Amino acid sequence: MSGWDRQQMADRLAREFQDGWIVNLGVGIPTLCSNTDIGDRDIIYHAENGVIGYGPVLPPGQEDLHLVNAGGQNVSLRPGAAIVHHADSFAIIRSGRIDVTVMGAYEVAANGDFANWRIGDAKGGGIGGAMDLAACARRVFIILEHTTRTGEPRLLRACNLPVTTRGVVTLVATNLGLFAPAGDGFAVRELAPGVSFETAQTATGAPLLPG
Amino acid sequence: MTKPGKAFDNMVAAVADIPDGAVIAFGGFAGPGTPYNLTKALLAQGAKRLTCIANTTGGAQQPRMPDIGMLVENGQVAKVICAFTAATRPTDQLPFTPYYERGEVEAELVPQGTLAERLRAAGAGIPAFYTPTAVGTELARGRETRIIHGREYLLEYALPCDYAFIRAWRADAAGNLQFRLSQRNFGPLMAMAARTTIVEVEEPILPVGAIDPDQVHTSGIFVHRLVPIPPPPEGLWTTRRQERAK
Repeated sequence: MSGWDRQQMADRLAREFQDGWIVNLGVGIPTLCSNTDIGDRDIIYHAENGVIGYGPVLPPGQEDLHLVNAGGQNVSLRPGAAIVHHADSFAIIRSGRIDVTVMGAYEVAANGDFANWRIGDAKGGGIGGAMDLAACARRVFIILEHTTRTGEPRLLRACNLPVTTRGVVTLVATNLGLFAPAGDGFAVRELAPGVSFETAQTATGAPLLPG
Repeated sequence: MTKPGKAFDNMVAAVADIPDGAVIAFGGFAGPGTPYNLTKALLAQGAKRLTCIANTTGGAQQPRMPDIGMLVENGQVAKVICAFTAATRPTDQLPFTPYYERGEVEAELVPQGTLAERLRAAGAGIPAFYTPTAVGTELARGRETRIIHGREYLLEYALPCDYAFIRAWRADAAGNLQFRLSQRNFGPLMAMAARTTIVEVEEPILPVGAIDPDQVHTSGIFVHRLVPIPPPPEGLWTTRRQERAK
Protein backbone atom coordinates (compact mmCIF):
# COMPACT_ATOMS: atom_id res chain seq x y z
CA MET A 1 0.00 0.00 0.00
CA SER A 2 1.32 3.46 -0.75
CA GLY A 3 0.37 6.54 1.22
CA TRP A 4 2.28 9.07 3.27
CA ASP A 5 5.31 8.42 5.47
CA ARG A 6 5.63 10.10 8.86
CA GLN A 7 7.23 13.31 7.60
CA GLN A 8 4.68 13.54 4.76
CA MET A 9 1.84 13.19 7.27
CA ALA A 10 3.35 16.05 9.27
CA ASP A 11 3.97 18.11 6.12
CA ARG A 12 0.37 17.69 5.00
CA LEU A 13 -1.04 18.74 8.33
CA ALA A 14 1.36 21.70 8.56
CA ARG A 15 -0.20 23.03 5.33
CA GLU A 16 -3.34 23.64 7.42
CA PHE A 17 -1.55 26.02 9.81
CA GLN A 18 -2.63 29.58 9.10
CA ASP A 19 -0.49 32.69 9.10
CA GLY A 20 -0.15 34.07 12.63
CA TRP A 21 -1.03 30.85 14.46
CA ILE A 22 0.64 29.67 17.65
CA VAL A 23 1.00 25.92 17.19
CA ASN A 24 1.80 23.42 19.93
CA LEU A 25 3.47 20.22 18.74
CA GLY A 26 3.32 17.05 20.83
CA VAL A 27 5.71 14.14 21.14
CA GLY A 28 6.02 11.71 18.21
CA ILE A 29 5.03 12.44 14.63
CA PRO A 30 3.65 15.95 15.47
CA THR A 31 7.14 17.27 16.28
CA LEU A 32 8.06 16.58 12.64
CA CYS A 33 5.82 19.52 11.67
CA SER A 34 8.57 21.93 12.75
CA ASN A 35 10.78 20.49 9.98
CA THR A 36 8.23 21.47 7.31
CA ASP A 37 8.95 24.48 5.10
CA ILE A 38 6.19 26.95 6.04
CA GLY A 39 7.08 29.49 3.36
CA ASP A 40 6.01 33.07 4.18
CA ARG A 41 3.63 32.08 6.94
CA ASP A 42 4.46 33.50 10.36
CA ILE A 43 3.91 30.51 12.65
CA ILE A 44 5.15 30.20 16.22
CA TYR A 45 5.85 26.65 17.41
CA HIS A 46 5.29 26.19 21.15
CA ALA A 47 6.63 23.24 23.14
CA GLU A 48 5.07 22.42 26.51
CA ASN A 49 8.43 22.72 28.26
CA GLY A 50 8.41 26.47 27.69
CA VAL A 51 10.14 26.81 24.32
CA ILE A 52 8.34 29.41 22.20
CA GLY A 53 9.37 29.90 18.58
CA TYR A 54 11.41 26.84 17.65
CA GLY A 55 12.30 25.42 14.27
CA PRO A 56 13.68 22.22 12.73
CA VAL A 57 15.43 19.43 14.63
CA LEU A 58 19.20 19.90 14.30
CA PRO A 59 21.63 17.20 13.17
CA PRO A 60 24.21 15.79 15.64
CA GLY A 61 27.07 18.20 16.20
CA GLN A 62 24.97 21.29 15.53
CA GLU A 63 22.56 20.89 18.42
CA ASP A 64 22.49 22.86 21.66
CA LEU A 65 22.02 20.24 24.34
CA HIS A 66 20.23 22.62 26.69
CA LEU A 67 17.39 22.91 24.20
CA VAL A 68 14.77 20.24 23.52
CA ASN A 69 11.22 20.14 22.21
CA ALA A 70 8.36 18.15 23.79
CA GLY A 71 9.84 14.94 22.40
CA GLY A 72 13.31 15.59 23.79
CA GLN A 73 14.74 16.31 20.35
CA ASN A 74 17.39 19.03 20.03
CA VAL A 75 15.73 21.75 17.98
CA SER A 76 16.78 25.14 16.62
CA LEU A 77 15.35 28.49 17.69
CA ARG A 78 13.86 30.94 15.21
CA PRO A 79 14.42 34.72 15.51
CA GLY A 80 12.16 36.13 18.23
CA ALA A 81 12.12 32.92 20.28
CA ALA A 82 11.53 33.03 24.03
CA ILE A 83 11.90 30.66 26.98
CA VAL A 84 9.46 30.50 29.91
CA HIS A 85 9.10 28.10 32.85
CA HIS A 86 6.53 25.33 32.97
CA ALA A 87 3.79 27.27 34.79
CA ASP A 88 3.95 30.09 32.26
CA SER A 89 4.05 27.59 29.40
CA PHE A 90 0.83 26.02 30.63
CA ALA A 91 -0.64 29.45 31.37
CA ILE A 92 -0.28 30.09 27.64
CA ILE A 93 -2.09 26.80 27.02
CA ARG A 94 -4.83 27.08 29.66
CA SER A 95 -5.69 30.68 28.81
CA GLY A 96 -6.59 29.67 25.26
CA ARG A 97 -3.70 31.26 23.39
CA ILE A 98 -2.75 28.12 21.45
CA ASP A 99 -4.44 28.18 18.03
CA VAL A 100 -3.92 24.48 17.45
CA THR A 101 -2.34 21.61 19.33
CA VAL A 102 -1.14 18.66 17.27
CA MET A 103 -0.91 15.37 19.12
CA GLY A 104 -0.40 11.70 18.57
CA ALA A 105 -3.10 9.28 19.74
CA TYR A 106 -3.98 5.61 20.08
CA GLU A 107 -7.58 6.17 18.92
CA VAL A 108 -9.79 8.94 17.51
CA ALA A 109 -13.59 8.75 17.37
CA ALA A 110 -16.02 10.17 14.82
CA ASN A 111 -17.50 12.40 17.55
CA GLY A 112 -14.14 14.09 18.12
CA ASP A 113 -13.15 12.14 21.25
CA PHE A 114 -9.59 10.86 21.37
CA ALA A 115 -7.51 8.58 23.58
CA ASN A 116 -3.77 8.88 24.08
CA TRP A 117 -2.92 8.38 27.74
CA ARG A 118 -3.58 4.80 28.80
CA ILE A 119 -3.57 1.45 27.03
CA GLY A 120 -6.31 -1.03 27.90
CA ASP A 121 -5.91 -2.42 31.39
CA ALA A 122 -2.44 -0.97 32.02
CA LYS A 123 -2.12 0.39 35.54
CA GLY A 124 0.02 3.39 34.61
CA GLY A 125 -0.48 5.99 31.94
CA GLY A 126 1.26 8.89 30.23
CA ILE A 127 -0.77 12.06 30.24
CA GLY A 128 2.01 14.60 29.88
CA GLY A 129 0.48 17.86 28.72
CA ALA A 130 -2.23 16.25 26.58
CA MET A 131 -5.21 16.91 28.87
CA ASP A 132 -4.29 20.56 29.45
CA LEU A 133 -3.75 21.09 25.74
CA ALA A 134 -6.84 19.29 24.53
CA ALA A 135 -9.11 21.02 27.05
CA CYS A 136 -7.85 24.52 26.32
CA ALA A 137 -6.37 24.88 22.82
CA ARG A 138 -8.64 26.44 20.21
CA ARG A 139 -8.27 23.42 17.93
CA VAL A 140 -7.02 19.86 18.31
CA PHE A 141 -5.45 18.05 15.34
CA ILE A 142 -4.27 14.45 15.59
CA ILE A 143 -1.57 12.63 13.62
CA LEU A 144 -1.45 8.85 13.87
CA GLU A 145 -0.92 5.70 11.84
CA HIS A 146 -4.29 4.70 10.41
CA THR A 147 -4.14 1.20 11.94
CA THR A 148 -2.32 -0.56 14.78
CA ARG A 149 0.66 -2.81 14.15
CA THR A 150 -1.76 -5.74 13.97
CA GLY A 151 -4.00 -3.95 11.45
CA GLU A 152 -6.80 -2.87 13.79
CA PRO A 153 -8.40 0.49 12.96
CA ARG A 154 -7.59 3.52 15.11
CA LEU A 155 -10.30 5.75 13.60
CA LEU A 156 -13.46 4.49 15.29
CA ARG A 157 -17.14 5.19 15.97
CA ALA A 158 -16.28 5.47 19.67
CA CYS A 159 -13.05 5.17 21.62
CA ASN A 160 -12.43 1.86 23.39
CA LEU A 161 -9.62 3.28 25.54
CA PRO A 162 -10.06 5.89 28.28
CA VAL A 163 -10.48 9.26 26.57
CA THR A 164 -8.11 12.18 27.01
CA THR A 165 -10.74 14.81 26.15
CA ARG A 166 -14.19 14.56 24.60
CA GLY A 167 -15.41 16.04 21.34
CA VAL A 168 -12.46 18.27 20.50
CA VAL A 169 -10.69 16.77 17.47
CA THR A 170 -11.45 18.53 14.18
CA LEU A 171 -8.78 17.13 11.84
CA VAL A 172 -6.83 13.86 11.62
CA ALA A 173 -3.82 13.11 9.42
CA THR A 174 -2.86 9.47 8.89
CA ASN A 175 -0.66 7.57 6.45
CA LEU A 176 -3.80 7.16 4.29
CA GLY A 177 -5.01 10.76 4.16
CA LEU A 178 -6.63 13.67 5.88
CA PHE A 179 -9.94 13.13 7.69
CA ALA A 180 -12.36 15.25 9.70
CA PRO A 181 -14.54 13.79 12.49
CA ALA A 182 -18.14 14.41 11.41
CA GLY A 183 -20.31 12.85 14.10
CA ASP A 184 -21.44 9.62 12.46
CA GLY A 185 -18.25 9.10 10.50
CA PHE A 186 -15.15 10.77 9.15
CA ALA A 187 -15.29 13.18 6.21
CA VAL A 188 -12.50 12.43 3.74
CA ARG A 189 -10.65 15.69 3.13
CA GLU A 190 -7.91 14.14 1.03
CA LEU A 191 -6.50 10.70 0.28
CA ALA A 192 -2.75 10.11 0.11
CA PRO A 193 -1.31 9.18 -3.30
CA GLY A 194 -2.17 5.63 -4.30
CA VAL A 195 -4.84 5.20 -1.59
CA SER A 196 -8.37 4.44 -2.78
CA PHE A 197 -11.54 5.32 -0.90
CA GLU A 198 -12.25 1.59 -0.51
CA THR A 199 -8.78 0.93 0.94
CA ALA A 200 -9.25 3.72 3.46
CA GLN A 201 -12.77 2.55 4.36
CA THR A 202 -11.58 -1.01 4.99
CA ALA A 203 -8.93 0.33 7.38
CA THR A 204 -11.40 2.54 9.28
CA GLY A 205 -13.74 1.55 12.11
CA ALA A 206 -16.42 4.12 11.18
CA PRO A 207 -18.12 5.17 7.95
CA LEU A 208 -16.08 7.40 5.65
CA LEU A 209 -18.03 10.21 4.06
CA PRO A 210 -16.90 11.34 0.61
CA GLY A 211 -15.29 14.80 0.46
CA MET B 1 35.96 31.29 47.94
CA THR B 2 32.22 31.38 48.39
CA LYS B 3 30.45 32.32 51.59
CA PRO B 4 29.63 29.40 53.87
CA GLY B 5 25.97 28.64 54.26
CA LYS B 6 24.62 27.89 50.82
CA ALA B 7 27.62 26.49 48.96
CA PHE B 8 28.43 22.82 49.52
CA ASP B 9 31.59 21.07 48.33
CA ASN B 10 29.92 17.90 47.20
CA MET B 11 26.59 16.27 46.44
CA VAL B 12 26.83 13.76 49.29
CA ALA B 13 27.03 16.51 51.93
CA ALA B 14 24.16 18.44 50.31
CA VAL B 15 21.71 15.53 50.66
CA ALA B 16 23.06 13.99 53.90
CA ASP B 17 20.23 15.13 56.19
CA ILE B 18 17.26 14.03 54.04
CA PRO B 19 15.09 11.89 56.31
CA ASP B 20 12.99 8.83 55.56
CA GLY B 21 9.53 9.87 54.39
CA ALA B 22 10.64 13.14 52.76
CA VAL B 23 8.68 14.66 49.87
CA ILE B 24 11.15 15.61 47.13
CA ALA B 25 10.52 17.37 43.81
CA PHE B 26 12.95 16.59 40.97
CA GLY B 27 13.30 19.13 38.15
CA GLY B 28 13.97 18.36 34.50
CA PHE B 29 12.17 17.71 31.24
CA ALA B 30 13.54 15.22 28.69
CA GLY B 31 17.10 15.77 29.91
CA PRO B 32 17.78 19.49 30.44
CA GLY B 33 17.41 20.55 34.08
CA THR B 34 17.44 17.01 35.48
CA PRO B 35 19.42 16.77 38.77
CA TYR B 36 21.30 13.56 38.00
CA ASN B 37 24.16 14.28 40.39
CA LEU B 38 21.94 14.96 43.41
CA THR B 39 19.87 11.90 42.57
CA LYS B 40 23.02 9.78 42.40
CA ALA B 41 23.99 11.08 45.86
CA LEU B 42 20.52 10.25 47.20
CA LEU B 43 20.85 6.69 45.87
CA ALA B 44 23.98 6.31 48.01
CA GLN B 45 22.46 8.16 50.98
CA GLY B 46 19.63 5.64 51.17
CA ALA B 47 16.65 7.60 52.62
CA LYS B 48 13.50 5.47 52.34
CA ARG B 49 9.70 5.84 51.98
CA LEU B 50 10.22 8.92 49.82
CA THR B 51 7.51 10.69 47.83
CA CYS B 52 9.02 11.77 44.50
CA ILE B 53 7.45 14.51 42.38
CA ALA B 54 8.60 14.93 38.77
CA ASN B 55 7.40 15.06 35.19
CA THR B 56 8.34 11.40 34.74
CA THR B 57 10.03 8.59 36.64
CA GLY B 58 12.63 8.46 33.87
CA GLY B 59 14.48 5.57 32.33
CA ALA B 60 12.85 5.61 28.89
CA GLN B 61 16.25 6.26 27.25
CA GLN B 62 19.52 4.36 27.25
CA PRO B 63 22.00 4.64 28.82
CA ARG B 64 20.22 4.79 32.14
CA MET B 65 20.94 7.84 34.27
CA PRO B 66 20.36 8.31 38.00
CA ASP B 67 16.62 8.93 38.16
CA ILE B 68 13.48 8.21 40.17
CA GLY B 69 13.23 4.82 38.50
CA MET B 70 16.58 3.90 40.08
CA LEU B 71 15.42 5.13 43.50
CA VAL B 72 12.40 2.84 43.07
CA GLU B 73 14.64 -0.08 42.12
CA ASN B 74 16.75 0.73 45.19
CA GLY B 75 13.69 0.37 47.47
CA GLN B 76 13.67 4.05 48.50
CA VAL B 77 10.32 5.21 47.14
CA ALA B 78 6.79 4.91 48.61
CA LYS B 79 4.99 7.11 46.09
CA VAL B 80 5.52 9.06 42.89
CA ILE B 81 3.50 12.05 41.65
CA CYS B 82 4.13 12.38 37.90
CA ALA B 83 2.62 13.28 34.51
CA PHE B 84 3.86 9.93 33.16
CA THR B 85 3.64 6.59 34.96
CA ALA B 86 4.04 4.72 31.67
CA ALA B 87 6.11 5.36 28.55
CA THR B 88 4.58 7.45 25.78
CA ARG B 89 5.15 4.62 23.29
CA PRO B 90 3.15 1.60 24.38
CA THR B 91 5.90 -0.72 23.15
CA ASP B 92 8.37 0.80 25.66
CA GLN B 93 8.35 0.02 29.34
CA LEU B 94 9.59 2.32 32.07
CA PRO B 95 11.79 0.65 34.71
CA PHE B 96 9.26 1.99 37.24
CA THR B 97 6.28 0.15 35.73
CA PRO B 98 6.74 -3.42 37.10
CA TYR B 99 7.14 -2.07 40.65
CA TYR B 100 3.94 -0.09 40.23
CA GLU B 101 2.05 -3.05 38.79
CA ARG B 102 3.14 -5.27 41.69
CA GLY B 103 1.87 -2.63 44.15
CA GLU B 104 5.31 -1.97 45.64
CA VAL B 105 5.03 1.76 44.99
CA GLU B 106 2.05 4.11 44.79
CA ALA B 107 1.52 6.59 41.98
CA GLU B 108 -0.56 9.69 41.45
CA LEU B 109 -0.91 10.58 37.77
CA VAL B 110 -1.30 14.32 37.22
CA PRO B 111 -1.64 16.27 33.96
CA GLN B 112 1.58 18.17 33.36
CA GLY B 113 0.09 21.67 33.48
CA THR B 114 -1.78 20.79 36.67
CA LEU B 115 1.46 19.48 38.17
CA ALA B 116 3.22 22.75 37.29
CA GLU B 117 0.40 24.87 38.68
CA ARG B 118 0.11 22.81 41.89
CA LEU B 119 3.81 23.47 42.49
CA ARG B 120 3.43 27.14 41.60
CA ALA B 121 0.46 27.46 43.96
CA ALA B 122 2.42 25.85 46.80
CA GLY B 123 5.19 28.37 46.29
CA ALA B 124 2.76 31.28 46.04
CA GLY B 125 0.71 30.75 49.19
CA ILE B 126 -2.37 29.51 47.33
CA PRO B 127 -3.90 26.34 48.82
CA ALA B 128 -5.98 25.19 45.85
CA PHE B 129 -7.35 26.29 42.49
CA TYR B 130 -9.83 25.30 39.79
CA THR B 131 -8.68 24.18 36.34
CA PRO B 132 -10.52 23.03 33.20
CA THR B 133 -7.91 20.31 32.64
CA ALA B 134 -9.07 16.67 33.01
CA VAL B 135 -12.76 17.56 33.42
CA GLY B 136 -14.85 14.66 32.07
CA THR B 137 -11.98 12.15 32.21
CA GLU B 138 -11.27 9.18 34.47
CA LEU B 139 -9.00 11.45 36.54
CA ALA B 140 -11.93 13.63 37.58
CA ARG B 141 -14.13 10.76 38.75
CA GLY B 142 -15.51 11.35 42.26
CA ARG B 143 -13.73 14.67 42.69
CA GLU B 144 -14.99 18.16 43.43
CA THR B 145 -15.89 20.27 40.40
CA ARG B 146 -17.59 23.61 40.13
CA ILE B 147 -19.31 25.53 37.35
CA ILE B 148 -17.78 29.00 37.06
CA HIS B 149 -19.11 31.37 34.40
CA GLY B 150 -20.80 28.45 32.70
CA ARG B 151 -17.78 26.13 32.43
CA GLU B 152 -16.93 23.12 34.58
CA TYR B 153 -13.63 23.16 36.50
CA LEU B 154 -11.83 20.63 38.67
CA LEU B 155 -10.49 21.48 42.13
CA GLU B 156 -6.76 20.86 42.51
CA TYR B 157 -4.68 21.30 45.66
CA ALA B 158 -1.25 22.91 46.00
CA LEU B 159 1.70 20.52 46.15
CA PRO B 160 4.24 21.65 48.78
CA CYS B 161 7.52 19.73 49.05
CA ASP B 162 10.11 19.21 51.76
CA TYR B 163 12.99 19.36 49.27
CA ALA B 164 13.52 20.31 45.64
CA PHE B 165 16.42 18.92 43.60
CA ILE B 166 17.06 21.14 40.62
CA ARG B 167 19.81 21.83 38.13
CA ALA B 168 20.80 25.32 37.01
CA TRP B 169 23.33 26.80 34.63
CA ARG B 170 24.80 29.53 36.84
CA ALA B 171 24.41 30.63 40.45
CA ASP B 172 25.96 33.24 42.69
CA ALA B 173 26.82 32.47 46.30
CA ALA B 174 23.57 34.15 47.43
CA GLY B 175 21.67 31.44 45.53
CA ASN B 176 20.42 33.60 42.67
CA LEU B 177 19.97 31.27 39.70
CA GLN B 178 20.09 31.40 35.94
CA PHE B 179 18.87 28.58 33.75
CA ARG B 180 19.87 28.07 30.15
CA LEU B 181 17.19 27.48 27.46
CA SER B 182 14.82 24.58 28.14
CA GLN B 183 16.72 23.69 31.31
CA ARG B 184 14.39 26.12 33.10
CA ASN B 185 11.19 23.99 32.90
CA PHE B 186 10.05 23.06 36.45
CA GLY B 187 13.13 24.51 38.23
CA PRO B 188 11.76 27.91 39.33
CA LEU B 189 8.44 26.35 40.43
CA MET B 190 9.97 23.55 42.46
CA ALA B 191 12.42 25.97 44.11
CA MET B 192 9.42 28.01 45.30
CA ALA B 193 7.36 24.97 46.37
CA ALA B 194 10.06 23.44 48.59
CA ARG B 195 11.12 24.23 52.13
CA THR B 196 14.71 23.30 51.23
CA THR B 197 15.92 23.75 47.64
CA ILE B 198 19.16 22.05 46.62
CA VAL B 199 20.71 23.04 43.30
CA GLU B 200 23.40 21.35 41.23
CA VAL B 201 25.11 24.05 39.21
CA GLU B 202 26.90 23.59 35.89
CA GLU B 203 29.23 26.61 36.05
CA PRO B 204 31.51 27.42 39.02
CA ILE B 205 29.60 29.30 41.76
CA LEU B 206 29.94 33.05 41.15
CA PRO B 207 30.61 35.70 43.80
CA VAL B 208 27.57 37.53 45.18
CA GLY B 209 26.56 40.27 42.79
CA ALA B 210 28.09 38.70 39.68
CA ILE B 211 24.67 38.11 38.10
CA ASP B 212 22.83 41.17 36.81
CA PRO B 213 19.69 41.49 39.02
CA ASP B 214 17.56 41.89 35.91
CA GLN B 215 18.81 38.52 34.63
CA VAL B 216 18.08 36.42 37.74
CA HIS B 217 15.50 33.70 36.97
CA THR B 218 15.08 32.44 40.54
CA SER B 219 15.86 34.60 43.56
CA GLY B 220 18.25 33.24 46.19
CA ILE B 221 15.37 33.59 48.67
CA PHE B 222 14.10 30.29 47.26
CA VAL B 223 17.50 28.55 47.19
CA HIS B 224 19.20 27.00 50.21
CA ARG B 225 22.05 24.78 49.01
CA LEU B 226 24.32 25.01 45.96
CA VAL B 227 26.69 22.34 44.73
CA PRO B 228 28.96 22.79 41.71
CA ILE B 229 28.84 19.78 39.39
CA PRO B 230 32.25 18.05 39.42
CA PRO B 231 34.07 17.57 36.13
CA PRO B 232 33.49 14.35 34.17
CA PRO B 233 33.31 11.47 34.70
CA GLU B 234 31.55 12.29 38.01
CA GLY B 235 29.64 15.23 36.52
CA LEU B 236 27.13 13.37 34.48
CA TRP B 237 25.58 13.60 31.09
CA THR B 238 24.52 17.09 30.14
CA THR B 239 27.82 18.42 31.45
CA ARG B 240 29.58 16.23 28.93
CA ARG B 241 26.94 16.82 26.31
CA GLN B 242 27.20 20.55 26.88
CA GLU B 243 30.95 20.45 26.31
CA ARG B 244 30.33 18.65 23.05
CA ALA B 245 27.95 21.44 22.03
CA LYS B 246 30.46 24.25 22.55
